[in-house]
Amino acid sequence: MAQIRIENLRKEFGAFTAVESSTFNVEDGEFFMLLGPSGCGKTTTLRMMAGLELPTSGRIFIDDEEVSKKKASQRDIAFVFQMFALYPHMNVEKNIAYPLISQGMPRKQVRQRVSEVANILGIESLLKSSIRGLSGGDRQRVALGRAIVREPKAFFMDEPLGALDAEFREHMASELMSLHSRMNATTVYVTHDQLEAMQMGDKIIVMNHGVVEQFGVPQQIYDWPATMFVADFLGSPSMNFLHGNGTIASASTQVKMNETTINIPRQTETMEGEFAVGVRPEHIQLDDAASLRCAIKATEYLGTTQIVTATTEFGEVKARVASNLDVTVGAQTGLSLISDTITVFNKATGKALLSEANKAVLAHG
Amino acid sequence: MNFSVTEPSVRTKWFAGITVVLYGLITIIPLLWIIATGFKTSEDAISYPPKVVFKPTLEGYVNLFTTRTRVNQDELEDLPPPETWYEQLVRDRGQVIASPSRYGERFLNSLIIGFGSTALCMVLGTAAAYAFSRFRLPLKDDLLFFILSTRMMPPIAVAIPIFLMFKNLGLSDTHLGMIMLYTAVNLSLSVWLLKGFIDEIPVEYEEAALIDGYTRFQAFYKVVLPQAATGIASTAIFCLIFAWNEYAFAVLLTSGNAQTAPPFIPTIIGVGGKDWPAVAAGATLFLVPVMVFTVLLRKHLLRGITFGAVRK
Repeated sequence: MAQIRIENLRKEFGAFTAVESSTFNVEDGEFFMLLGPSGCGKTTTLRMMAGLELPTSGRIFIDDEEVSKKKASQRDIAFVFQMFALYPHMNVEKNIAYPLISQGMPRKQVRQRVSEVANILGIESLLKSSIRGLSGGDRQRVALGRAIVREPKAFFMDEPLGALDAEFREHMASELMSLHSRMNATTVYVTHDQLEAMQMGDKIIVMNHGVVEQFGVPQQIYDWPATMFVADFLGSPSMNFLHGNGTIASASTQVKMNETTINIPRQTETMEGEFAVGVRPEHIQLDDAASLRCAIKATEYLGTTQIVTATTEFGEVKARVASNLDVTVGAQTGLSLISDTITVFNKATGKALLSEANKAVLAHG
Repeated sequence: MNFSVTEPSVRTKWFAGITVVLYGLITIIPLLWIIATGFKTSEDAISYPPKVVFKPTLEGYVNLFTTRTRVNQDELEDLPPPETWYEQLVRDRGQVIASPSRYGERFLNSLIIGFGSTALCMVLGTAAAYAFSRFRLPLKDDLLFFILSTRMMPPIAVAIPIFLMFKNLGLSDTHLGMIMLYTAVNLSLSVWLLKGFIDEIPVEYEEAALIDGYTRFQAFYKVVLPQAATGIASTAIFCLIFAWNEYAFAVLLTSGNAQTAPPFIPTIIGVGGKDWPAVAAGATLFLVPVMVFTVLLRKHLLRGITFGAVRK
């Protein structure tokens, strides 16, 4: 298994820059998520790591060996495609055996490896069937089989669950995770689904417009987003922003917006101009006594919780509250925020201001 | 009673069935007439009213493959007895076989040129279509348009330049020349058709193969080719039919050596009266290779024509 190091990786397609100078490490055995909206450069990054695209500049190391200009086949990696890319003119067994045959492995050994893999994935009974008749999930298993049969240094997966329907995606996600914990193979996984990324990833890298926005473990990224984009992209509903204007001084623990004062973690940075106070929906409580006033606009019932949409003078806010709380649409009430979870953003740069609370997470990046 | 929306009613089924049969008959009757004429005597072939029921004879086929001279009764009696059934057949008509005709040779030329140009066209066409489909090429769209534009006028419009060119290059009346000519004419069509088929094959298949340790060329012939087989087969049929039936260039550019069957068949008419059964026999035999080829690839052809119509 392998450690992967990416240094200043950049890719241009003509005048369009798909990936701007990215640098990050994937540790040995990690389940690594490349997360971002479509067109953010995550797939291009993965394809460069796999050798399906050549980088414009920058370097890629797999186990300290530079592979930037090497052919895909020489990198000893496996790739799982979104639409599986199983060879339709071969049956399941041949599909799984294909990479081994290309390496010139003896027939007998190939058959043995294939049956081992089929056993791991629970597809022994499918070996002789044709690809055309398989369900999406079984195709996905065969595609995984073709990847793991070679015992490569790393697995690269490009939205492998994207082609499955929602119900089955859950199931395959847990199958993938248990497979990963059993094999402990370095895996780089591209997805645009933030839930999938947080659910499965050991580490997440969030990309936007070809730029790495943030890099870290899921909880850190969720709790302490480095940019407004990350704050907005992760979480459903996403982080709320209360928009204000003024000065935020270093060491201040309060921000004053019109008549309202909001407590925030002690700041270690100073800024002046437009800012946004970011708070997660679950860190907002309905409190009639609070000074931040609002009008309830709508409620969505979600079983154990409900999402309350409220209008404040600083913008619309969504709060996640217990579903047994009685909330009347149209009512006037107040919102109290859990102050030590708040991040303040400079709207001009889109970046989070450093505070005592997020310093530890954001200082290194 | 069946109220299904998708199942046609009995009346619709009958109507559709009868239409198909009628259309089939209209299409096939001229063909059957040619085949039948090949087995008639010269008199039956031009009799009026036309004979539907007749006594079949192989005279047309014998005439097709031989040249004969007329001899008078005395000379005929002096000859040794005929050794073969076809010699007998000819003598019954007061003739003797002078030599074999050149039909066999012409037919062989047709096979060499027709299948040769089709094969060449498929090799070049698939390679070009693959490049157009998969690689970022400078001026790709312009090149594709340029290739198509060679089909915007009838090929025969450039007959004179081609005639002069062939003469200067020593390609006139050679197999190679005709193969190259038919390939050039067919290539634009095959590049366009094949590009469509190859576009339909997801590029991920090749990428998977590249990662699995195959070279680009191996990925091409082990993964792309088997999947493009349908497209290649149907394109090959179109190319073969053109090259096989081409008449005008064949008349213009071939004579003694590389002449194909289409310009040869009408020349039968000029030799010793209008021998329609021989012409019909020549046409019938000429049909066989294309028919065999098409029947062999029929499965692919049907799939090829509807390829890409429905997203799988």
